[in-house]
Amino acid sequence: MATTNKNQNTAKWEYSPALESTKVTIESKSKLFIGGKFVSPKSRSWFATVNPATEAKLADVACAGKADVEAAVKAAKTALPKWSRLSGTERAKYLYRVARRIQERAREFAILETIDGGKPIKESRDIDIPLAAQHFFYYAGWADKLAYAFPGSTPAPVGVCAQIIPWNFPLLMAAWKLAPALACGNTCILKPAETTSLTALRLGEVFQEVGLPEGVVNILTGEGDTGRLLAQHNAVNKVAFTGSTEVGKLLMRETAGTGKKLTLELGGKSANILFADAAIDQAVEGIVAGIYFNQGHVCCAGSRLFVEEPILEEVIYKLKQRLGTLRVGDPLDKNTDLGAINSRSQLKVVEGYIRSGVKEGAQLHQLTTKRLPSKGFWCNPCFFTDVQPSHTIAREEIFGPVLSVMTFRTPEEAISRANNSPYGLAAGVWTDKGAKIFEVAKKLDAGIVWCNTYNKFDASSPFGGFKESGFGREGGMHGLRPYVRLGGV
Amino acid sequence: MSRLTIAKTYKMYIGGKFVRTESGRSIVVENTKGEIAAHTCHGSRKDFRGAVESASNAFTSWSGITGYLRGQILYRMAEMLEGRREEFAAAILTTQKITPAKAKKEVDASVDCLVRFAGWTDKYHQVLGCSNAVASDYYNFTVPQPQGVVAVIAPPAPSLLGLVALLGAPLCTGNTIVAVGSDLNPVPTAILGEICQTSDIPAGVINLITGKQSELFEQIASHRQVAGIYSAALSKKNRILVEASSADSLKRVRFNTFSDEDWYDGDTVASPWNIEPFVEMKTIWHPSAC
Repeated sequence: MATTNKNQNTAKWEYSPALESTKVTIESKSKLFIGGKFVSPKSRSWFATVNPATEAKLADVACAGKADVEAAVKAAKTALPKWSRLSGTERAKYLYRVARRIQERAREFAILETIDGGKPIKESRDIDIPLAAQHFFYYAGWADKLAYAFPGSTPAPVGVCAQIIPWNFPLLMAAWKLAPALACGNTCILKPAETTSLTALRLGEVFQEVGLPEGVVNILTGEGDTGRLLAQHNAVNKVAFTGSTEVGKLLMRETAGTGKKLTLELGGKSANILFADAAIDQAVEGIVAGIYFNQGHVCCAGSRLFVEEPILEEVIYKLKQRLGTLRVGDPLDKNTDLGAINSRSQLKVVEGYIRSGVKEGAQLHQLTTKRLPSKGFWCNPCFFTDVQPSHTIAREEIFGPVLSVMTFRTPEEAISRANNSPYGLAAGVWTDKGAKIFEVAKKLDAGIVWCNTYNKFDASSPFGGFKESGFGREGGMHGLRPYVRLGGV
Repeated sequence: MSRLTIAKTYKMYIGGKFVRTESGRSIVVENTKGEIAAHTCHGSRKDFRGAVESASNAFTSWSGITGYLRGQILYRMAEMLEGRREEFAAAILTTQKITPAKAKKEVDASVDCLVRFAGWTDKYHQVLGCSNAVASDYYNFTVPQPQGVVAVIAPPAPSLLGLVALLGAPLCTGNTIVAVGSDLNPVPTAILGEICQTSDIPAGVINLITGKQSELFEQIASHRQVAGIYSAALSKKNRILVEASSADSLKRVRFNTFSDEDWYDGDTVASPWNIEPFVEMKTIWHPSAC
């Protein structure tokens, strides 16, 4: 039964290139957005941002130093009293405008996101940008309804928020951070990741276009030190961070005892559990989407697959078939499934993990793409079989298109192996049995459990992890909680 | 001829048993006149680790029972405490220069506080969780669930009410507790174990340690099996110590500052927003169209 369609005609169609041809202009110097204006950095320091698919330089980006951090915090602090006292409905109207403007400029944002970060245009176009707009639209509506979200208390803004975001979903992460913070009456300083600053800065243009009061949002590009200076600043009341668990722990130490509110959305090693009674073809689609979406640069990537033993052979066969149909290449091509790895350093990390998998004895199954561009950072998607739980690839977050396949015999074993990780961000469960799905979902240590699906996101759906995947939720009503202080409690 | 009284040997309550500290140390508790009133255990880091082990073992069953049953067990605690109001008031008065009326008020507030938390056990899901209207064909709902072992660092005073209010919040959702009682007056902590034992609280669900809190901060914060820490009235220095040491295991840490008045206000201490820090929100997706 496992190999019934082995002889089917698998001849591939060749796809003609379908390039997104709209040109997006990028200024040669990307400045800081402070107090409603684009300004050159007082640090006089710049760094280059490149297109990871071509290695061509896109722009020089300002690297904010201490004086720039000072200026941005001052602007946010100055803007706070007026913004926080504005009626909820008025705040909402600004956020609705932002959502609309992102929708109107969606194509430009999508192309820029793809050029700067390497993700396929179909993902930036269909997922990142629409979701970013949805976040502003969703949280706009909360601005005048906060009292209903926190029964029995009086919610008040936290104050000046430092928000540090990663490079895997640049604009979407900016929206996740800014929209709830602004709805609750806070002012913000956003620090985009070093390799993906461009769409965040363009969001600054949107804020200018919609007339958002000066200083309500400030955007500081820079390196790790910029983020640290920001988090340490005395006038900052709240630090929100999405990124590595290592840096998350560092931030918790640095803000310890200061009374600064902290939310951390950190790493993961999420398990996808496939029972023999599941709809296997649908599950394989979900598994592929779960690990190869955005080149695997996803904190909730389903990077550990646990397959019930009797169907292992069938699943491996189908995974191989599906892997063979994935297209790696020019991110601007609308048919591309996997674009470029975000940076040379991340490519080295992923390659190092693939080597470790082979060295430790797992069996590698990797797509071989014949014509990868000669320049740029590329990694063919792959999965490993014969993986032991002790293997490095089964324990550590890879943040690349690498899946580890393992097996289980009973639901109890699946749960205990899935939970055997310091992380607890997401999980997937595939079965046709209703009670089984809920029992397993209940027992998994994970902040998001996708049942018979994977990697679904929505502005109204809370996202965030258990254990060392961090604390606090983003999205949904629960995403408001990090941005309010509750009086009367 | 006057009768020689029988002084109680105060022990700690760990894993459902009354135990002496493994360290063999004790603390002299002086009454308000400076006389020796009692000896209590001077618990050690090893005692704390043992208590965490017990609490960890008890977590699956405590979090697995129905909210209705958990509520009845907490209500039973209130019943037991109600029946021993005099004894607890006397224990509070041992070291604290307050009026007997105030001591009684503290015990009454502690009983009421337990009743409040008993009521939350099958309701917090509805107040803290929700269903989410996602823009696609999926059922999507967010449910709170307990985290595991929560360490409670009780305030010096109110010695009984502070302990009960802090342990009740994480307890009612299904977390298990290791509490380090008041440094100022450890006697109410020492006898609260008797309430637990007689009220169907399963062994290991509540563990009560007496001793010097400052010796244990680092151990509490760095222990990887402790998921959260709830405390009130910690100094800034100790808050920094506890939170920084908690970073490596990314614990959920909550420092509250309750005024004397706040402690007696059930709406404040038993607010759902003091329960919320010790639950994890789990969001579940499932296709709603086939």
